[in-house]
Amino acid sequence: MTVHTKGSGTTWVGRSIRRLEDPALVTGRGRFTADMPATHWVRFVRSGVAAGTIKNITAPEGASIVTAKDLAKLKPIRPMLSKFNYVAVGQPILADGVVRFTGESIAAVYAPSKDQAEDIADQIEVEISEGAPLIDAMDALAGDAPLVHADTKHNVIVEGRIATPGFEDVWKTAHKVLHVEARSHRQNATPMEARAGHAAYDGSTGRVTLTCTTQMPHLTRTAVCDILGIPESDLRVVAPDVGGGFGQKMSLAPEYVLLVWLARKLRSSVAWTEDRRENLIASFHSRDQHVQLEGAFDKSGKLLALRGDIVANIGAYSCFPTTCGVEPLMALAELPGPYDVRAYDCRSRGVMTNTCPMAPYRGVSRPVITFVLERLMDKAAAAFGIEPTELRRRNLIDKFPYTSATGLVFDDGSYKETMEMAIKAIDLDAFRKRQKTARDAGRYLGIGFATFSERTGYGSPAFAARGMEITPGFETVYLTIDPSGFVEARIGSSPHGQGLRTSLAQIIADEIGIDPEFIKVVHGDTDRSPYGWGTFASRSLVLSGGASLLAAQKIRAKLLKMASHFLEAAPEDITLQSGSAHVIGTDRSVTIASMARAAYHQTHIFKGEIEPGLTETGTYDPSGTFSNACHVAIVEVDIETGRVEMEKFLVAEDAGLIINPMIADGQVHGGVAQGIGNALLEEIIYDETGNILTSTLADFLPPTTREIPEIELHHVETLTGNSITKAKGLGEGGAIGAPAAVISAINDALSPFGISIDEMPATPQRIRAALRSSGKLPSNGKTA
Amino acid sequence: MSDKTDITLIINGQSYAIRVESRRTLADAIREDCGQTGTHIGCEHGVCGACTVLVNGEPVRSCLMFAQQADGKQIRTVEGLADGDEMHPMQRAFMENHGLQCGFCTPGFLMLAVGVLEREPDISDHDLVDVLSSNLCRCTGYQNIIKAVRAAAVEMRQS
Repeated sequence: MTVHTKGSGTTWVGRSIRRLEDPALVTGRGRFTADMPATHWVRFVRSGVAAGTIKNITAPEGASIVTAKDLAKLKPIRPMLSKFNYVAVGQPILADGVVRFTGESIAAVYAPSKDQAEDIADQIEVEISEGAPLIDAMDALAGDAPLVHADTKHNVIVEGRIATPGFEDVWKTAHKVLHVEARSHRQNATPMEARAGHAAYDGSTGRVTLTCTTQMPHLTRTAVCDILGIPESDLRVVAPDVGGGFGQKMSLAPEYVLLVWLARKLRSSVAWTEDRRENLIASFHSRDQHVQLEGAFDKSGKLLALRGDIVANIGAYSCFPTTCGVEPLMALAELPGPYDVRAYDCRSRGVMTNTCPMAPYRGVSRPVITFVLERLMDKAAAAFGIEPTELRRRNLIDKFPYTSATGLVFDDGSYKETMEMAIKAIDLDAFRKRQKTARDAGRYLGIGFATFSERTGYGSPAFAARGMEITPGFETVYLTIDPSGFVEARIGSSPHGQGLRTSLAQIIADEIGIDPEFIKVVHGDTDRSPYGWGTFASRSLVLSGGASLLAAQKIRAKLLKMASHFLEAAPEDITLQSGSAHVIGTDRSVTIASMARAAYHQTHIFKGEIEPGLTETGTYDPSGTFSNACHVAIVEVDIETGRVEMEKFLVAEDAGLIINPMIADGQVHGGVAQGIGNALLEEIIYDETGNILTSTLADFLPPTTREIPEIELHHVETLTGNSITKAKGLGEGGAIGAPAAVISAINDALSPFGISIDEMPATPQRIRAALRSSGKLPSNGKTA
Repeated sequence: MSDKTDITLIINGQSYAIRVESRRTLADAIREDCGQTGTHIGCEHGVCGACTVLVNGEPVRSCLMFAQQADGKQIRTVEGLADGDEMHPMQRAFMENHGLQCGFCTPGFLMLAVGVLEREPDISDHDLVDVLSSNLCRCTGYQNIIKAVRAAAVEMRQS
């Protein structure tokens, strides 16, 4: 609830300035990977079966083909965890004798054009001796289940447990125990741009430039070079304009390794553009979890203890760099959500199956665990006969810092305030009256609330706690004012739609007194950017924003010192604004551009008291900060068809100081829309043989304008001490809370039927099945 | 498959004489044979609408039309929306209303919206939302796309 001023009263931070990214993108001048020409085009030959042994690969005469035997010297993709009983499994770049999921690459063919490569790929005959595939994680858990990887003892390759001391003693004191058995079906992040890669060999230096749709250019460079056994200086990775990622472009695509290898072999340029079917069957999947959750409540509805069991279907391989532990371990650590509960006992397992590998997708496990936990809270509210919001009021954390039962430290937030704000804005009492009137008329309206936290901007210790061999965390920014007087910030983050160039320019502008339009933020090029971790996990504004601020503070200090030479005034009497340094209360000033010129070309002015040049470095590695929000969905369910109409969605959120309100709102809108799609529509469906039935966008259904209602936003700005810019991350929150709110609203609408929809997506088929099972559906569609 | 036909695509007023196989889609021809890469390909199934261009003024999914079918027709793509440095009201409205994030679907939305509004300037808000449901965006949640198109519609009606 704070207005940011920084003394002068006018700042760039806090203003909805237009994005610096947009002019190129609205005129068709954006440069995406698939726009680049190449000498050779690659097509991957993918497995049509989920499990089996490759017997033979036959190519037409003259075909240019690569198979596993050509890649014998390459290491497999094998990310590591040092904790949680993790068993490392390797993923070959091309299937090496065994296929483990439908869509796995078996061979790569290349030709002078895409069409020719596809024609040749269609003629490759692959003989596979089919095995019995494991599709559901529950089947893969069985003692006599076949092994997805023969070199493991069982299919569970990561398992964590957290149990607080004295858990059973607390459990025994329960007044009521509620139980949820929930299922989250498999989903695909579905960025509108599928993946693509382009590797070009430079004959004079022997270097390869890999242009690709990655969220993590530097880590892509490290991983590809490790696998090929080449120095990192021989590879430049460029992420040009990237058409959305949502986590799917964070994990290493084995296809990129093949491209770099082939570019080196052919000493030429090679490219691959993933088609939508490949993206849906063979890029990464997520959210495929079974969750059992029990909550013990005291007489007043206070949550005393939580007991959980999570089974995450992690697919056939372990993604780099997070490992397949990313879903089960995040669920384990964050399941208690924003509620004050001191006793916790939870087991979480990652189980291999013959399905496409799991990888992070916006929110990672939190859309799932929030949905499950909120189902528990709603069921408890019903059991206590109180409003769901009242039960939350009795349990939300409100004293900070708050250390959770799993050891997470929550910084200042506004969990209760945002919920109260949402209740008021949606007018809950008025809705309940409207709901009753509608019900009397045979219409089923429902309201659902979801309160949750969003852990953002965490540094390296958080990843170390997960036992990751690679601990992403710090970000570095190189900030330069060059002799032209223009500013360049080179960052390690790799935004792909988040408007970070604009937001960072606003942060820097306030500090150094130069308008954002003169500040160029450079990212996504390992030759130009400092080693960094890319953009994921709602981190970039906190981390690169913090590093930008630190670097800008140093530049500011240097500019003030230089200005004091020019203006013969003390640095504390000088301000930097609109491109000039001014002596306060006088008309004396000097332009920053002329000082920048002097910093390089007339250093004698400073008599050796100031170092030449105008470049500073900022590095930031904070402990992390929690954003929070309350989401509210209002729906109407047609009980005859099971169709859910979204009437309204409302968000009251707190992501600390908002740097650019327009951009922040856009992030929330987009996340909410994905969450609504996740809750109602989006599902990757395998048949029992492991074939995917949802391999087009006519089958896997992202929402359109028709399914997304008006989204009303409200903001609270809690200024945290855990972020030096006071900004918290908010990229994932929309997607985290929306599924829970939507499914809660559906259940509220259907409460007269005594059923509970504990599955997502809540498709019409599932809703109808539950309604039929209630035995309360009269023949005219209305309740008796 | 190797039989090729000579055709002419007229893209944003400029003629491109190209030789294409009969199976060549208009989307591929625009991007690869004519080098106009502002038109993006999102699914090649005719679902997402990222590749929408105007053919003789009508919005068309260029992944579902063969290049030969567009022979001699007037094609407009995102590169032809602005008049020199003067952006089209729809482009300005997308920037002013934050109607884009990653920008991949944006050319398709711009062409869809311009095509529809040129044909039906007084389209109702409700029908406009219906028309915009033809295309997919994964970043914006559509709120600001709808806002942008409504704002541009007002400006286009006035001009």
